[in-house]
Amino acid sequence: MPNMAVFDEARAQEIIAEHIGLEGPLLPILHAFNEEFGYVDDAAVPLIAQALNITRAEVHGVLTFYHDFRRVPAGRHMLKICRAEACQSRGSEDVARRCLSELGVDWHQTTRDGELTVEPVYCLGLCASGPAALLDDEPLGQLDPKKLAGAVEEVCGS
Amino acid sequence: MTRIFIPKDVAALAIGADKVAKKIAEIAAARRLDVTVVRTGSRGMFFLEPLVEVETAAGRIGYGPVAPADVPALFDADFLNGGAHSLRIGRPEDHPYLARQTRLTFARCGITDPLSLVDYAELGGWRGLKRAIEMGPPAIVNEVTQSGLRGRGGAGFPTGIKWKTVADTQADRKYVVCNADEGDSGTFADRMVMEGDPFMLIEGMTIAAIAVGATKGFVYCRSEYPHAIRTFNEALRLARCGGWLGPDVAGSKHSFDIELRVGAGAYVCGEETALLDSLEGKRGIVRAKPPLPAHKGLFQRPTVVNNVLSFAAVPFILAEGGKAYADFGMGRSRGTMPIQIAGNVRYGGLFETAFGLTLGEIVNDIGGGTLSGRPVRAVQCGGPLGAYFPPSLFDTPFDYEAFTARDGLIGHGGVVVFDDTVDMAQMARFAMEFCAIESCGKCTPCRIGAVRGKEVIERIMLGTNVDANITLLEDLCQTMKFGSLCALGGFVPYPVMSALRHYPEDFRPRAAAVAAE
Repeated sequence: MPNMAVFDEARAQEIIAEHIGLEGPLLPILHAFNEEFGYVDDAAVPLIAQALNITRAEVHGVLTFYHDFRRVPAGRHMLKICRAEACQSRGSEDVARRCLSELGVDWHQTTRDGELTVEPVYCLGLCASGPAALLDDEPLGQLDPKKLAGAVEEVCGS
Repeated sequence: MTRIFIPKDVAALAIGADKVAKKIAEIAAARRLDVTVVRTGSRGMFFLEPLVEVETAAGRIGYGPVAPADVPALFDADFLNGGAHSLRIGRPEDHPYLARQTRLTFARCGITDPLSLVDYAELGGWRGLKRAIEMGPPAIVNEVTQSGLRGRGGAGFPTGIKWKTVADTQADRKYVVCNADEGDSGTFADRMVMEGDPFMLIEGMTIAAIAVGATKGFVYCRSEYPHAIRTFNEALRLARCGGWLGPDVAGSKHSFDIELRVGAGAYVCGEETALLDSLEGKRGIVRAKPPLPAHKGLFQRPTVVNNVLSFAAVPFILAEGGKAYADFGMGRSRGTMPIQIAGNVRYGGLFETAFGLTLGEIVNDIGGGTLSGRPVRAVQCGGPLGAYFPPSLFDTPFDYEAFTARDGLIGHGGVVVFDDTVDMAQMARFAMEFCAIESCGKCTPCRIGAVRGKEVIERIMLGTNVDANITLLEDLCQTMKFGSLCALGGFVPYPVMSALRHYPEDFRPRAAAVAAE
């Protein structure tokens, strides 16, 4: 997940135009913003509202309902650590705690150098191979604190 | 040329399957050996992943779990001809884990290239659809009804009745929606289908569309499954090119196409009405029923909403007949269930079998007990909203009604094992916390109750007015169970109350227990 483009209105209008023909286009549009810019800028909300002929409040409501849609840019890389029961039973909470403390962040936060954002995730479908995480697009299983730290270092540099 | 099969299922990738594949290709090239690596889905034996299979004169021979460092030794042991090695497991289908299963839905998974239309057709694909086209809509619905198939998402509603309701409802257009928002911890069967045998899901949905007269389908997949999304989108493209989707499905004059939509991290969207609102571009808020989605579903049109596994069971039912499917199972739970054995378990994986095995057989005989080697203390069945079962209830047969009778649910078939280090008060607290995070906010018992429930359990854990707070917690659970609009708030009492009932000692503060001695 490389760092994203700066928000720009012309590109925003293109994204909206690309998806507006879909049935129920709002989620695909918000996903596309998230992917292109790394977040959904506040400035996008009135553009989307106007294009879909709904209120800004409705767009805001959807944007804030779903965990995936970011309203501020994330770090250059994204680490999602599973906190669901199956991973817990295999010691994920300890792995997560150690990782957060080594990075000096809490859940949902980004490291000070802007390299890595850490988010909790509730199940990656790797329930017999936990503790599990997703580092950008790379799945990680059978994690221990050392293995996770190594994977993070490989992606972010030391 | 020797064909080597290596899974690209995300559970294999997570533990190095790509590195193993790369190493095998490198060494084969260096030694000038003529090999082709085929990437497959997973057999579902995750304790053997990455599982490498080689096509030999004696059939496919498996080696696993293979680490990249093992690869040179495998070549030295002549694994390309099935040579002996400590990782050799023989023919995978003879492995006890697979030999004991009845694989109807997962018959192809792990064997074929998931994106090969040729492989799919060669191993029985499209036979169900072809027969469905010949027999016509009313006969399809009859066949599915006769099979006894019940919704595999968790609710267990008879699929045939749902389809008949949609078929009998008049409308300008109808939809088929597949719920692939597999958010339950301990479950991965939907993911495996989408990654390992995606054409089967396409075939099942197409049969449903023909049965009810729908022209458009949606698959709503959770965003936490990026690999499944990629594979399934590619499968859709290939199916369209092959004429299996589009204006004239397989030359039948039926028009049907499928679009994959991605969720956005909201667990509640696994509830069918919240899912429909989400597809429409709204907040994933649960709708009050009635009207049923079968009457007024997506965009107020009649809609079949089924889980991935329900649709995935349909091609077999149509190809072999409803009776062939109903011959498996017990009581009112007919057919097979892909049980997902997960958590702290030695032999975790997918185990498809007829209903009726006991929980103890699943956990101990098949799962081999805990991975940590410590005693099993609790097993959570049916996801984060499922009850915890202690070993004293291990005689419970895996069957919708038997689980209900013991205040549990089989849900989507997830079985999560915990050893004796688990703190059940902590797990109860987690259940409430999860519900608070994921509540859609429409109904008060769930929205407020989950927050209060977490607070009350925290007070109990601190030893504050324990008896009074336990009474309060029980009362709150009753309110949530009977007052919530959907299963999120309505079922979160299952893990909480089962923890309280079966593990009361965990709800007494340790200091007090020591003082009492």
